[in-house]
Amino acid sequence: MPAPSLPPTPSQTVGPFFAYALPYAEGPFAVSEDHPDAIELHGRVLDGAGEPVPDALLEICQPGLFGRCPTEADGSYRFRTARPDTYIPLLVFARGLLKPVWTRVYLTGDAPFLAGLDPVRRGTLVASPSGERSYRFDVRLQGDRETVFLHHVPPRG
Amino acid sequence: MTDDPHPHHLTPSYRSTVLRAPARPPVRPALDPEAAELLDPVYGHQPVGPLDHDLTRQHEGEPIGERIIVTGRVLDSRGRAVPDTLVEIWQANATGRYAHPVDRHPAPLDPNFTGSGRCLTDADGRYRFVTIKPGAYPWRNHPNAWRPAHIHFSVFGTAFTQRLITQMYFPGDPLFAHDPILQSVPRPEDRERLVCAFDLDTTEPEWALGYQWDVVLGATPFEED
Repeated sequence: MPAPSLPPTPSQTVGPFFAYALPYAEGPFAVSEDHPDAIELHGRVLDGAGEPVPDALLEICQPGLFGRCPTEADGSYRFRTARPDTYIPLLVFARGLLKPVWTRVYLTGDAPFLAGLDPVRRGTLVASPSGERSYRFDVRLQGDRETVFLHHVPPRG
Repeated sequence: MTDDPHPHHLTPSYRSTVLRAPARPPVRPALDPEAAELLDPVYGHQPVGPLDHDLTRQHEGEPIGERIIVTGRVLDSRGRAVPDTLVEIWQANATGRYAHPVDRHPAPLDPNFTGSGRCLTDADGRYRFVTIKPGAYPWRNHPNAWRPAHIHFSVFGTAFTQRLITQMYFPGDPLFAHDPILQSVPRPEDRERLVCAFDLDTTEPEWALGYQWDVVLGATPFEED
């Protein structure tokens, strides 16, 4: 018989003061510059008024790789990581987010998961080429072009 | 989901949520066991140093404040230990001031206290920090707004979907009822689980008060029995 399910510890906001604790120098660089599949993934985090979110923390996770990058004053972030097989999971924490938001960065629009989404919104998960081996992906927390966010926790029971 | 212990994104009493809370319901993707979200995160940090868990020994002198020990276990949703996972903390000093340039609270910085630490859980899922009790501090959310004393916790787990950042509070704080961040957790029993417990067995005689606080990570879709 499975053990009873414990309720998870509730999430709380990362707040405005994480910058001296969580970011680290190599955080944004999940792979080295000379990695054969290295790509740059960059963009901005924007609020519902289209204003930059200067105190967000982004994390990515790929096989054998992890990246962490805080946003700058203009809401921008920049990772160097490996070109994914399908997508890069992206997690965003920020002051004003009481729990983080999950999304996915696709480099092309032909993935089956995207086909199942509202056609008006699916483009929010597709990065745009912005140079050789460089992709731009903005995260819009709210508004007409709100990024599609994901929910991964199975129902308890 | 009626038993969701987490806050709602939109919590107008916490003003910063108003323009940052996503308005649309999240989409639940069908995850296969190989999904990238279920990977065990290989965090790329420098190795954890032997003193990284002791926030009172990061500078030449000792920080001012009430020395405390904070320890507990990181558990999965079945109550099993999560060993060898990274726990990171950060906090204000004893006066309620963060070592962060954005913090304008006119309380003294402590040259002997930065307020960040980390450790890996042991085979039993246990973490342990030595620090000083953080002070309450004002913020500009509403008139005369004060945050109850808290320590920020960041925990990884064995799947990226378990990633958790939260705040641990101290028992009996009179500011609980006035704090929209703690109150954003809808149910009182869930808020109580963010409050550590004083523990005399953890307390070290002539040295430091001890507190216990366990962290339970969310279930993952393919958890093995």
